[in-house]
Amino acid sequence: MQELSVRHLLGIKDITAEDIQLIFETADNFKDVLNRPIKKVPSLRDITIANVFFENSTRTRLSFELAEKRLSADVINFSSSGSSVKKGETLLDTVNNILAMKVDMIVMRHSSPGAPHFLSHHINANIVNAGDGTHEHPTQALLDSFSIREKLGDVAGKKVVIIGDILHSRVALSNIFALQKLGAEVMVCGPVTLLPKYIRELGVKVEFDVRKALAWCDVANVLRIQLERQQMKYFPSLREYTLYYGIDKKMLDSLDKEIVLMHPGPINRGVELSSDAADSHHSIILNQVENGVAIRMAVLYLLASKQ
Amino acid sequence: MQKRLIVNHQLLEIMVMRLCHQLIENHGDFSDSVIIGLQPRGRQVAQRIQSTLKAILGTTVPTGYLDTTFHRDDFRRRDAPLAANATHIDFLIEGKKVILADDVLYTGRSVRAAMDAMISFGRPANVELLVLIDRLYSRHLPIEPTYVGRRVNSLQSQRVLVEWQGSDTQEDNIWLVTKNEE
Repeated sequence: MQELSVRHLLGIKDITAEDIQLIFETADNFKDVLNRPIKKVPSLRDITIANVFFENSTRTRLSFELAEKRLSADVINFSSSGSSVKKGETLLDTVNNILAMKVDMIVMRHSSPGAPHFLSHHINANIVNAGDGTHEHPTQALLDSFSIREKLGDVAGKKVVIIGDILHSRVALSNIFALQKLGAEVMVCGPVTLLPKYIRELGVKVEFDVRKALAWCDVANVLRIQLERQQMKYFPSLREYTLYYGIDKKMLDSLDKEIVLMHPGPINRGVELSSDAADSHHSIILNQVENGVAIRMAVLYLLASKQ
Repeated sequence: MQKRLIVNHQLLEIMVMRLCHQLIENHGDFSDSVIIGLQPRGRQVAQRIQSTLKAILGTTVPTGYLDTTFHRDDFRRRDAPLAANATHIDFLIEGKKVILADDVLYTGRSVRAAMDAMISFGRPANVELLVLIDRLYSRHLPIEPTYVGRRVNSLQSQRVLVEWQGSDTQEDNIWLVTKNEE
């Protein structure tokens, strides 16, 4: 009989290592449910969940929606395009209007860092952060660590490098928190312009040479270059980035050990990862997607019990 | 806290033996039958029934265990959620005769949840319920066991505790535990 220490999942920073373990253990059971002929349980049948997405998403939104439906919750979807947000409605008004229709939980993605934290001070419903700007993306970090645990047995003691656009990545920050709480060693690797200035303060190693980083690690989590968030030039060209930081099968084969290759998606094939690397046996990218549903079921289930 | 022994290990052995013979009367060679123990405490009952049947008949009846946590009707009505246990059913139950096994039958709510959870694995031909202890006059639902070890009268404040020989106890025993008035 355990429960989470929080009412909302706003970020990995706010939860404890015990919370993460509880989510993993619950997700193990949900993964089992997802492999049954009937992949559905009635736990959340009296709960209504609104997926409120102010920013584009494919995987996260589908994954949340599936997780909610597998738990028998009622689901409503909202995306800012084609809504009254365009007419000038504030975030709080939009959400309060949704809640007035008797909604119990909000899953929100927003382009402003801290948007779900702001909401949590003003509304009663449980909030799950599905990504807030360049800040955090907690469920992605949970499913990443869960996938490492599944592949390598444990996260503690493993060496994980996060490669790419760390500066604009919420996945990177949440991953750093999650991996450190679970006892892994974390390194970040990328061009100097794409690493936050004070990243070392978080207790991570910094490496600029991707080959050295790959030789050091057990797991490489490769991130996309987020051109849509970049308001200035951080490197001369994508081609040059690929030349220095792109990972291909040859690089992986030249290592004297097996490493695990991860990517939160969407992949820009031929930029940060070549196709042969992304489709190689090193890659657990599709396992990550599969685990995403189980992790999100666990998060929603555990939060729903904290109404 | 007071503990009263209601079934000692010799009696429990006889009880399990009797239950197995009753099962044989209805299931014959068990070619179409499977046993499913309800997590957490019905798992050992199922294992004990399986091993006793193997001793009598020489055949191993497929046995699995089923977790009902996500199918319970008291989710969000408790202070904290129940911890889930593993489910392990590596056979098909479609068209099979299913014997659900648990240690104690009390309100019947776990059994209702179990039937719900079990349906996720297929449509059984029929379902029977085997329990070691049936607590009389305490049902919340119209659910009755097919095979009963012993029927006991008990108060709501009491609890039936089934101990299996293992790490913490020397022998199998069933106790009726009365909590002291605070």
